[in-house]
Amino acid sequence: MDTTIVKSNFKSEEYFINMGPQHPATHGVLRLLLTIDGEIIKKVEPDLGYIHRSIEKMCERDSYQQIVHLTDRMDYLSSHINNEAVCLTVENALQLEMPDRVKVIRTILSELTRIASHCLWWGVMGMDVGALTTYFYGFRDREMINDIFEETCGARLTMNYNIPGGLMFDVHPNFVKRTKDFIAHFKTKLPEYDTLLTGNVIFQKRTKGVGILTKEDAISFGASGPVGRASGYSCDVRKHHPYSAYDRVTFNEAIKTEGDTFARYQVRIQEMWESISIIEQLIDNIPDGDVQVATNAVIKLPKGEYYQKVETARGELGVYIISTGTKNPYRVKFRSPGFSNLSLLNHIAVGGKIGDLVASMATLDLVIPDIDR
Amino acid sequence: MTNEALQNLISSWIPDLEFAEEESQFLNIIVAPENLHQLMTELKINSKTSFDYLFCLSGVDWQPELGVVYHLESTAHRHIVVVKVKTSDRENPVFDSVCDIWKTAEFHEREVFDFFGIKFNNHPNLKRLFLTEEWEGFPLRKDYEDDINMVIK
Repeated sequence: MDTTIVKSNFKSEEYFINMGPQHPATHGVLRLLLTIDGEIIKKVEPDLGYIHRSIEKMCERDSYQQIVHLTDRMDYLSSHINNEAVCLTVENALQLEMPDRVKVIRTILSELTRIASHCLWWGVMGMDVGALTTYFYGFRDREMINDIFEETCGARLTMNYNIPGGLMFDVHPNFVKRTKDFIAHFKTKLPEYDTLLTGNVIFQKRTKGVGILTKEDAISFGASGPVGRASGYSCDVRKHHPYSAYDRVTFNEAIKTEGDTFARYQVRIQEMWESISIIEQLIDNIPDGDVQVATNAVIKLPKGEYYQKVETARGELGVYIISTGTKNPYRVKFRSPGFSNLSLLNHIAVGGKIGDLVASMATLDLVIPDIDR
Repeated sequence: MTNEALQNLISSWIPDLEFAEEESQFLNIIVAPENLHQLMTELKINSKTSFDYLFCLSGVDWQPELGVVYHLESTAHRHIVVVKVKTSDRENPVFDSVCDIWKTAEFHEREVFDFFGIKFNNHPNLKRLFLTEEWEGFPLRKDYEDDINMVIK
C-alpha cells in the first residue's frame, strides 16, 4: 500500500498506543506497544505473559503420560498434533515401533486438525479485514470436524487421544463414514471460500504487497509453517523429517514466493486442499491391528536427550526432553511455532499502517497460549 | 554432511571443542563461553556447514552449571548440530548473544534471561519477556522456590 505522507506544515510527533491485551485482532491476551507517527508504525513491541502458565516447569513435576495433557493447552487449535509430538518423542526414546493402524489414524486426525484450524483462521482472517460472513462459513465447516472428534474421543478441542504407546482406544465405528462425508462436503465448500474472499477486490487491496517477508529473513527469524512457505522457504516438517504415516502419502508442499500477506493466505488455502488429498489417500486403507503397544505403567526414559519436530497448523513444533533416567523429565522445552512467528511481527509491520498490521497479524495466525506456554 | 565429517571440519576451526554423540540423536558440540560467538559465526557463514536455521534455543540448569543449548539446522544441506555452552557461575552467568547471527535469537534469549537469569552480551533489548520486571528469582532454575504457587512433590 502507498504509505507516503502528504507533506504539511504540521509537525508530526511519535507517540505510543496500546493494542490489546483485549483487542479483537490480537485473538487472545496479547498486548502490542505501538510507536506510531501519524498512522505509520515505527515500532511494534509485543508484551507477553498474560496467560503464561509455565508448562515447562510443570512438566518437570509430572510423569510422561501427564505431560501429554498439558500440551493441549498450548496451541489449542492443534491439540491433537501437540499430543502426537510428545508421544513420538517418548516412543522414540523407548524405541517403540507403532503399529500401522496407529500411524495412519494419527495422520488422518492431524490433517483433520489442520483443516479445522485453517477453517477457523480463514473465518477470523476475513473478519479482521472487515468481512463478517467468512466467520460463519469457517465455523460451519469446522463444526463438522469437531463432531467427528467428539464422537472419536469425547472432546472437541482438547483431545488427549494420543498416549505414549499409541491411541487411548480405537476409533468409533462411524469414523470412516463421517470423515468421508466431511471430505465430500468440504470439497464443494472450499471453492466457495475463494469465491467469497480470495477474489474480492477490497480483500486483495488490503493484503497484496502488505507485510512482506523475504526468504532470508524468514529463515533468520525461524519462521515456519505457512509463514515460512509463503516466502519461498521450503520448511514443511512432514516433507523433510517425515513422521507417522507421512512417508507413505504423496502431497505437494504449498509454496509461494511473494512473501506478503496474500501469499500467506494462499498457502493456507492450498494446504487445506493438500490435507484433503492426504486424508483421501489414507481413509480407505486404515490397516487392521492394535491401537496400543504395551508400556510400563511408570515410564522411565533412558538417560539422554530427545528431540522431535512435527508440523502443526502453525508451523514447526519442537519437543526437547532431557532425561536423567527417572520417571520425570529433567527439562522439557517446547519450541512453539507461534513464538518465532511473533518475533518477526515488528519486522514486517514497520512502515505500514495500523490496518496493515491487523492484516499481517491475521496471516501469522497467532495463538497466544502457544506463545505464552 | 555426516556427523563424522562435520566433526572433522569443525574441530579444525577451534581447538578444545568437545564432541559427543552418545545419549542424543544429533552431534553435540560443547564449547567454552569465550569461543561461542566465533564458533557460531563460522557455523553460519561457512558454505560447507551453512547452519542458517536456529530452530531451538533452550536454557538448561544442569546443577551446578547453567547453560544454553542451540539446535541448528542447515536449510541447504539439511544436517543438524547441537551446540552447548555452560558456566558454573550461578551469580552472574553471561554468554555472548547470537542475535546478530540469527534474528530469532533475540526473543529466545530474552526468554532464557527471564527464566534462568542468564545474561547475553550485546543483546539489543535484554529484559524480562513473560514475567514482570519486579519478579524475584528465575523460575526454571532447579533451586527456585515459591511457597505459594508451586506444588512440591
